[in-house]
Amino acid sequence: MKTGSLKQILLITDGCSNVGEDPIAMSALAKEQGVSVNVIGVMENDVIDEKGMQEIESIALSGGGVSQIVYARQLSHTVQMVTRQAMTQTLQGVVNRELTQILGNKQTIEDLPPEQRGEVMEVVDELGETVEMEVLILVDTSASMKHKLPTVKEALFDLSLSLNARTGKNKFALFVFPGKKNDVEKLLDWTPKLESLTSVFAKLSTGGITPTGPALREAITYFDKKRSLRNLISRDDDEYYEESI
Amino acid sequence: MSTMKSQFNLQSGAVINGKWHHKHYRIEKELGAGANGVVYLATYQGQLVALKISENGYTVTSEVNVLKSFTKVQGSTLGPSLLDVDDWQSSSKLYSFYVMEYIHGPDLLSFVKQKGEAWVPVLMLQLLSDLEELHKAGWVFGDLKPENLIVTGRAPRIRCIDVGGTTIKGRAIKEFTEFYDRGYWGLGSRKAEPTYDLFSTAMVFIHCAYPSRFSKDGRGLEQLTDKVKKHKNLKCYEDVLIPALQGRFKSASDMRQALLTCSYKQTRSKGNSVSPQTRQPTRKTKRKRHGTTGAIVVILFIGCIYFFYLYSQMV
Ligand SMILES: Nc1ncnc2c1ncn2[C@@H]1O[C@H](COP(=O)(O)OP(=O)(O)OP(=O)(O)O)[C@@H](O)[C@H]1O
Ligand SMILES: [Mg+2]
Repeated sequence: MKTGSLKQILLITDGCSNVGEDPIAMSALAKEQGVSVNVIGVMENDVIDEKGMQEIESIALSGGGVSQIVYARQLSHTVQMVTRQAMTQTLQGVVNRELTQILGNKQTIEDLPPEQRGEVMEVVDELGETVEMEVLILVDTSASMKHKLPTVKEALFDLSLSLNARTGKNKFALFVFPGKKNDVEKLLDWTPKLESLTSVFAKLSTGGITPTGPALREAITYFDKKRSLRNLISRDDDEYYEESI
Repeated sequence: MSTMKSQFNLQSGAVINGKWHHKHYRIEKELGAGANGVVYLATYQGQLVALKISENGYTVTSEVNVLKSFTKVQGSTLGPSLLDVDDWQSSSKLYSFYVMEYIHGPDLLSFVKQKGEAWVPVLMLQLLSDLEELHKAGWVFGDLKPENLIVTGRAPRIRCIDVGGTTIKGRAIKEFTEFYDRGYWGLGSRKAEPTYDLFSTAMVFIHCAYPSRFSKDGRGLEQLTDKVKKHKNLKCYEDVLIPALQGRFKSASDMRQALLTCSYKQTRSKGNSVSPQTRQPTRKTKRKRHGTTGAIVVILFIGCIYFFYLYSQMV
């Protein structure tokens, strides 16, 4: 079985973008490149307005990911849950496509009698345990997020704890937007452990604009293009092509 | 699927028809809803059953897998027994569901509130027996919390429900709740190991003594140790709770043995005198309070008469 890696962007924000490209389009672009986009909207006592909520949902929807809006104090639990859910969702998609190939005729797991679904589920579970994950975390550090950052940091530790309990390897990277000079700034390059975050978050300065779209566009380019999940189980025709680049 | 809570609105009297096995279930009422779907009380051929329905077929299949493997464990009471798995075509959508034994009774905290603290160690002993079996079968329960523990029967027995977090040993725990999760307290990984469940068991025990729970203050084990030492109902179980929090018991049966030893010591040290904390809770304290108020009234009454007596003597 060929193993590729499962790629996710985890966007943590508290509202609407206000500069640059449409983040929903950028999210759709990520999906096309095999990267799913999950969004977590963080509220404090304030509520996120209707427009912000819609944007959050739409980004996840067009990015093939999961979204959730939570109060800051629930952040830890939500971050790990959303990431896990999105992972399972992607794997289910992959396995379903696989089934269609085997069974033909556009069959999916729902066309199998319940008795036969168990084994398919075991495959999904097994993959979820062993697949390599690449999670790029994109944190909104516009002014309104400032006092939520300690909570964000804690949630990211917690995510690392959850994912590192798996047998499969993990890689995390951390980006914030807006950056000091550019729309987006890399704080942490690919690393298996998020523990190095502590020092990193201390240096943060928060800005006024929220360039969600440009940040997403930039983030996509940081993934290793060669190993997409499409090759996870199947021998896609374009595998040789991808491998030979 | 972009949100986690699914909304079902099945009214009492609605009928769920199985697409594959053609069985009909009549919905009675909702038992509870959570991250993974909704559980209804239903009737099938005059029998009460619990029916869990979800938008996500994978969740259903995954939980069914666990329940199926439990039935292979001889004479086990691990989880509710599985009765049926099927799909239901509603007017708009296809949903997966499974049907299981309805476990009738209050959840752990309600039971303890009603019947008294003395039940906590007893129920924990029962739980540890079940966990021992579960671990032997290669599983870790995962999402152990009072809501997932029901006390049932005339001879009260604790039962685990909701196998959504139940994970094959050695993998990453599928689902957990922060307060009962050792990772949250900084006291271990989220790998499915027997010690993971034993930590949660200790936290459930502690929760029974602090019904409104408490939040972490960052001191980890120190905070939890304080909580144990400062509570009269927990202090005597220190030798079980602290090692369990530290992951020092190798198996559920080791922890069970330690709990037995504690209970035994406690009975011995008390001798014949019954300490107030082991008495039946509510009723006796009330009666006592009645007693004191009664006494005060009598004293005041006598005092008044005496005062009037003195007064009448003076004039
Ligand atoms: N077999 C059963 N017998 C009686 N009651 C049950 C049974 N199964 C579930 N329930 C009730 O339904 C509630 C929800 O069930 P369950 O925990 O399985 O759902 P869930 O979606 O996994 O929820 P969560 O993720 O919040 O734990 C339980 O707390 C319990 O009160
Ligand atoms: Mg559950």
